[in-house]
Amino acid sequence: MYGFEAMTFNIHGGYLEAIVRGYRSGLLTAADYNNLCQCETLDDIKMHLSATEYGPYLQNEPSPLHTTTIVEKCTLKLVDEYKHMLTQATEPLSTFLEYITYGHMIDNVVLIVTGTLHERDVQELLEKCHPLGMFDSIATLAVAQNMRELYRLVLVDTPLAPYFSECITSEDLDDMNIEIMRNTLYKAYLEDFYRFCQKLGGATAEIMSDLLAFEADRRAVNITINSIGTELTRDDRRKLYSNFGLLYPYGHEELAVCEDIDQVRAAMEKYPPYQTIFSKLSYGESQILDKAFYEEEVKRLCLAFEQQFHYGVFFAYMRLREQEIRNLMWISECVAQNQKSRVHDSVVFIF
Amino acid sequence: MVTSSSSWSQALVQISPYTFSAIGIALSIGVSVLGAAWGIYITGSSLIGAAIKAPRITSKNLISVIFCEAVAIYGVIVAIILQTKLEAVPSSRIYDPESLRAGYAIFASGIIVGFANLVCGLCVGIIGSSCALSDAQNSSLFVKILVIEIFGSALGLFGVIVGIIMSAQATWPTK
Repeated sequence: MYGFEAMTFNIHGGYLEAIVRGYRSGLLTAADYNNLCQCETLDDIKMHLSATEYGPYLQNEPSPLHTTTIVEKCTLKLVDEYKHMLTQATEPLSTFLEYITYGHMIDNVVLIVTGTLHERDVQELLEKCHPLGMFDSIATLAVAQNMRELYRLVLVDTPLAPYFSECITSEDLDDMNIEIMRNTLYKAYLEDFYRFCQKLGGATAEIMSDLLAFEADRRAVNITINSIGTELTRDDRRKLYSNFGLLYPYGHEELAVCEDIDQVRAAMEKYPPYQTIFSKLSYGESQILDKAFYEEEVKRLCLAFEQQFHYGVFFAYMRLREQEIRNLMWISECVAQNQKSRVHDSVVFIF
Repeated sequence: MVTSSSSWSQALVQISPYTFSAIGIALSIGVSVLGAAWGIYITGSSLIGAAIKAPRITSKNLISVIFCEAVAIYGVIVAIILQTKLEAVPSSRIYDPESLRAGYAIFASGIIVGFANLVCGLCVGIIGSSCALSDAQNSSLFVKILVIEIFGSALGLFGVIVGIIMSAQATWPTK
């Protein structure tokens, strides 16, 4: 019953909610980002970061630093915090926390399969995988030749197994099919997560529905824009859209037939929350669409912390951390390549 | 004996007033302690988690736990007061109207105090949890949220006051 979770939430989730709120206070602020944006070298960045919570993770790195090292260590901090929470969680919070990582698992699977297709070494690919999405037997993905084998050999034992029923074909894996597979899996994952949150009910269902609906809509727009001009048919494109969210079902009908960005903009401007996003772009510009979406996402994620006694704070925290790591990666890359003028193109301040 | 048409009301007045009194006393302490315990665990779990990142909040936020504890103490006090109101009555007069009134008064007093303290403990506990989490982020919020808690703990006091007034009605018939 919505409104009464305050009476029983703290039995199992009170301690962890307090912990995740403590972690949230460690996110970098605008002042930190301003300092970082003014750094000249990667060593300056390391020095600034040692004053923040990333200190213990970066202090033992020898110079010269690479941007990938910085990103790796920051991700390691996220993974440690996640594991700390997961080990102390009971049902259904532990299932919820696991759901958060399935997206990374899907990305890892696609990374390894694509890499194998392009004849890269498996070890090298494993190092590039996101640590939150690792599972045992991930290395055997390199052996599979088509999707049926992929499923039978490896994925049937993972939590991703139920998502495969919609995309098993006997076609061999090539670039196009892999992208379709990735999006189909992600669609199934989002719908499954949505159903799970609805089942939990209460404030969790309310807040997570909003966050997941935004995610689904954002992916729909990205799929549309990325598939303009490719050989993806309209029906195939429609099949990749999730069946929930603000755009479902009428927005999806319109997006499925879009052939360029202006048509996408026309379709999206009918929805007030997305109209504000698209109004920031002038005609014909799609580079800052990503940043506009990230900003909107960060705004919604921060709002999830306004309410107590629900699981949305865990999801919001993980996403905010990932955004922070993206910011750090962008800043490090700009500094390393001496393009500091472009630093503010893609950094999204959290607070 | 009271004559009435309903067999239920006949059954109820034949229950000894001492039964009602005893249940009232049990409810006053039992349900109060339930409320206090509920409030303490709600506050305590958030307090422990938040204090990991911000250890400075521990000593101040124990006030929330103390407010919840006060609720249990109200229940004990009223239970002790109520049990002093019990008197022996000759067996021929156990079912007199005055006797029944005394029994019902103690019962009502117990319910009032018990349930008022139950919701008070719950209220103070939930606010205490938010207080701990907010204090961990921004220490200027502590005093402001404490004011809300103080208003919340007044609910238990209302229950105690009315309960004690009710228990003054518990005059058993003299011989």
